[in-house]
Amino acid sequence: MKPMLQITDVGMTFATKRGPFVALQGVNLDVERGQFVSLIGHSGCGKSTLLNLVAGLTTPTSGVLLLDDRELRGPGPDRGVVFQNHSLLPWLSCTDNVLLAVERVFGATEGRAALRQRALDALELVGLTHARDKLPGEISGGMKQRVGIARALAMKPKMLLMDEPFGALDALTRARLQDELMKIVAATGSTVMMVTHDVDEAVLLSDRIVMLTNGPAATIGEVLDVPLPALAQQPRERLAMAHNPDYLQAREAVLEFLYSKQAHVEAAA
Amino acid sequence: MVSAVFHSTPAVPEPATAPASARVAPAAQPKPAAPAPARVPRDPFDWRGLMGRVLPPLAGMALLVGIWGLLTQKGGAFPTPAATLAAAVKLFSDPFYRNGPNDQGIGWNVLFSLERVGLGFGLAAVVGIPLGFLIGRFAVLNRMVSPLVSLLKPVSPLAWLPIGLLVFKSANPAAIWTIFICSIWPMVINTAVGVQRVPQDYLNVARVLNLSEWKVATRILLPAVMPYMLTGVRLSVGTAWLVIVAAEMLTGGVGIGFWVWDEWNNLNVAHIIIAIFVIGFVGLLLEWLLMAVARRFEFN
Repeated sequence: MKPMLQITDVGMTFATKRGPFVALQGVNLDVERGQFVSLIGHSGCGKSTLLNLVAGLTTPTSGVLLLDDRELRGPGPDRGVVFQNHSLLPWLSCTDNVLLAVERVFGATEGRAALRQRALDALELVGLTHARDKLPGEISGGMKQRVGIARALAMKPKMLLMDEPFGALDALTRARLQDELMKIVAATGSTVMMVTHDVDEAVLLSDRIVMLTNGPAATIGEVLDVPLPALAQQPRERLAMAHNPDYLQAREAVLEFLYSKQAHVEAAA
Repeated sequence: MVSAVFHSTPAVPEPATAPASARVAPAAQPKPAAPAPARVPRDPFDWRGLMGRVLPPLAGMALLVGIWGLLTQKGGAFPTPAATLAAAVKLFSDPFYRNGPNDQGIGWNVLFSLERVGLGFGLAAVVGIPLGFLIGRFAVLNRMVSPLVSLLKPVSPLAWLPIGLLVFKSANPAAIWTIFICSIWPMVINTAVGVQRVPQDYLNVARVLNLSEWKVATRILLPAVMPYMLTGVRLSVGTAWLVIVAAEMLTGGVGIGFWVWDEWNNLNVAHIIIAIFVIGFVGLLLEWLLMAVARRFEFN
């Protein structure tokens, strides 16, 4: 079977005041259907840049991105994006925020009631039925992020793209949302690409971990296949993982890459 | 800020992994804020707070009237507070009389001024707000128009009046024109700034959701710009009300500005003082009205 997402020889150069800045170079990556892939690397390594390329928010200066054999040109509803800072519209209720996405995708074919039902289903999936009429300003950061996930999932995208989705949350909330995300992914069989800088998050959630070298001109350093049962089959138990040798080995490999092979150069930051 | 208002909102802690049905929050009673144990229950009405808020403004007012009274004690052209009050009572007892075109009640004068302000300001809003949107959305237009705005904005209202008289050949449209041109700038500028400051996050949402231009305008731009726009509207109304007095002094007709000038010609200083208070009061009322509107559109 052909991979769902094919990234071939992609490079990204930004024009800055001090001349061109090469953010990414020679990136090659295939993502299979139903896989959970994490992008990890030190800050400034271009992992968000890569995710934005897949999202279609920016176009690569070289190379090609194919989703189901179609070239990606601009953003589209086949990719649901979850932003780090949730990016909900503060003047719309949780339901209306989700509805905005639903309307765009299904508005041409479905009636009001069906659209609304889709939005409510998505909110139920993330366990927020009770907050559906609240404004984003009235709910906690973790809940906002879950509305963001619901908004992305409600479009029934081929891929879910997450840019440090839990980066702004406290550790306990983050752990809880990670557990929920695993359940949702197992239930929906979503294909996910997630940017993170948290090693434990990457190992716990991913089927594959893509490690990027330090920028400028960052590229893929290593790809680690996590030697655990695929996430799509069963969510992983956080507590059990603490003693799982496969888990610990994968964790060590990522740490080794980040802190020995690609020790962060502070001056470059 | 807002969260404090929603007392009935149960402070639901971020629910954990429990299924949704299990955690439909029980309509939790709001916790009593700062319980006051071992205190004798007191009269719940906060008299001291009220006094603190009401007394100082009254004292300020009294001080002003007191100084005014002291200064006018010896007589002269300037009327005493008592004489002014008497004149005011007489004036307000019949605010809507009509003795020919140049002698009408103060109520008519204020209403005619408000009509001019409404027309000039309304036209300015109709032109200025869309213009602000366009300037904010398209950088080329911004670069084209902003030097003109910077150049024309500081021009005194009275400098525009001859142009209006020249073009419209009549006093009333010239006054409306003057208000239009003076009150348009805050709306143009604030709307443009608001559009430029729409957080990139929201626009990214629009892009990844692939929203149509119409949806972007109605669901994202308009609500995001609304607070800026209303600030512009408030500044504009303030300016319009400032300008009307000057414009009417020069153009004549029925209006509070002309009335001030007329009373000066009659040497009726008491009426001029009353007019100043009336102008201030109406301005305050306009400002307060728009503040109330603006508060309805705040989200954070």
